[in-house]
Amino acid sequence: MARASDRKVASGFRKDPVLQQKSPKTPASGHDKLMIGQSSAGIWLAHAILILGVVIVAFPIYYTFVASTHSLQTILRPPLPLLPGPEFWTNYSQALTGGGTRIGGVGVVTLLVNTTVMALGIAIGKIVISILSAYAIVFFRFPFRMTFFWVIFITLMLPVEVRILPTYKVMVDLGLIDTYAGLIVPLIASATATLLFRQFFMTIPGELVEAARVDGAGPWRFFFDILLPLSRTNIAALFVILFIYGWTQYLWPLLVTNSNDMNTIVIALRKMISFADADTQWHLVMVTSILAIIPPIVVVVAMQRWFVKGLVESEK
Amino acid sequence: MTPRVVFPNRILPYLLLAPQLAITLVFFYLPAVQALYQSMLREDPFGLRSRFVWFANFRKVLADPAYLNALHVTVVFSVATAVVAMGVALLLAVMADKVVRSRGLYRTLLIWPYAVAPAIAGMLFLFMFNPSIGTLAVLLRKAGIAWDPLLNSTDAMVLVVTAAAWKQISYNFLFFVAGLQAIPKSLIEAAAIDGAREVKRFWTIVFPLLAPTTFFLLVINTTYAFFDTFGIIHAVTGGGPGKATETLVYKVYNDGFVNLILGESAAQSVILMIIVIALTAIQFRYVERKVHYG
Repeated sequence: MARASDRKVASGFRKDPVLQQKSPKTPASGHDKLMIGQSSAGIWLAHAILILGVVIVAFPIYYTFVASTHSLQTILRPPLPLLPGPEFWTNYSQALTGGGTRIGGVGVVTLLVNTTVMALGIAIGKIVISILSAYAIVFFRFPFRMTFFWVIFITLMLPVEVRILPTYKVMVDLGLIDTYAGLIVPLIASATATLLFRQFFMTIPGELVEAARVDGAGPWRFFFDILLPLSRTNIAALFVILFIYGWTQYLWPLLVTNSNDMNTIVIALRKMISFADADTQWHLVMVTSILAIIPPIVVVVAMQRWFVKGLVESEK
Repeated sequence: MTPRVVFPNRILPYLLLAPQLAITLVFFYLPAVQALYQSMLREDPFGLRSRFVWFANFRKVLADPAYLNALHVTVVFSVATAVVAMGVALLLAVMADKVVRSRGLYRTLLIWPYAVAPAIAGMLFLFMFNPSIGTLAVLLRKAGIAWDPLLNSTDAMVLVVTAAAWKQISYNFLFFVAGLQAIPKSLIEAAAIDGAREVKRFWTIVFPLLAPTTFFLLVINTTYAFFDTFGIIHAVTGGGPGKATETLVYKVYNDGFVNLILGESAAQSVILMIIVIALTAIQFRYVERKVHYG
């Protein structure tokens, strides 16, 4: 009994039931149909709890947005009104064009550019080198093939946190402090992405390779004309996860950036805030927070389907 | 696995692997080996010479009350974060499993904290609960609850746990929803016909069948609380007040980078490495089982 149900759960994971929510069986916008043993009061309670959950989850972001539209004076006299204030344009244009948010002469735009470069660089870099590695491991036979596979796999057990100082020393020795390369390259090795592509490539039938070879296609031709198009969904799914991963990095940019104009927006925010003294420009901090939060949220919500797929798959 | 059709090529596979291998060797293995070596060295007070001391650094670290405190803090923090994040997510997922109308909308509205950096989540919560300008802190005070996360260690812990758990709800929610959908509805309906009430149905059927998902999430949440929450601690409390929120990862950073105690920081790194290896092993053992059953 327990075994059978385990199998159900397991195959459920494989078939990715989250994605199937939009299947005709359970329309997203249908009417609540009562199952046996369900009461309509129960359904209303469920809706009530979900709405409460959404409010709790959304409140910090909403509150930040509200704070970003009020003047500093209003923020300093809590409680804050629950509705957005009149200072939206003033605060946002002040933040974007410089003024008070500058940290050591660096504007928000520079910070956003830095963070975008880092997040895109990490996402694309990880995908490129992982897809190449997985291609080599699955579609070629050569000495030490599995050794290399394990070398990549074991990096899962060596996150930055367990090798902070020596990694920093390597960065200094290579002159990578305060460079985009330093922010990106050391983070693009990826056991997870390599495993994911390897798993996917192994499901591609050998006949496809054979057919390609009969038709005279070499390994590069096969890679670009057949393998890449087949991997599109996996690449999109992974991209969302990795973009978020890159955007939300903290420890790494903290280590490898000293100069303010190389900071990511998350690190810069940390430097803007001081809870001890009173001169923190809270209204501009809130604008910067919103600007730091919006891009990854847009990516997650706009690419929701791939995001959910990527999450479920990359944890296998 | 049956022998695959492959490309006959001798050099190309090495070239394909080269970028990934170069990065792992330079930025992962070299530093990790150095951390191992460093963990057995002790420097003199001027940092001029160091001698090989075998496991003396480990003995010193493990006997250090500050380290044991950090270990205690980490365990409390991780357990609390995992329990809160998973509990709330499970409740919401069970409710979302019941309703059909606007289920997609609920999901969209619940997933986006995943995109917020942990450090920013922490700063937003501190902004809301800051004793001088935080609206929620003012409301708490009006309700008669004395609250100061900047001075009181329990309050500080509550604050970082709340921020860390808030961010993780989305992730757990998605996995619980997936797990719930895999449970055959006929089982639950059969129990309902036999007269089992909703609460009983949950605890005797749904919850046990969710066990694999729950266990998987427990490992993931523990890993998250151990390692990915450095930003929250660093940005919000800085390990304080006192050392009330100093986690293991924060202490490695602080000892190595701020206090420059190299040998002991390296020894702490190695201990963390062992913890990661254990967590990864547990995770993959479990995944192994899942694949096997599938």
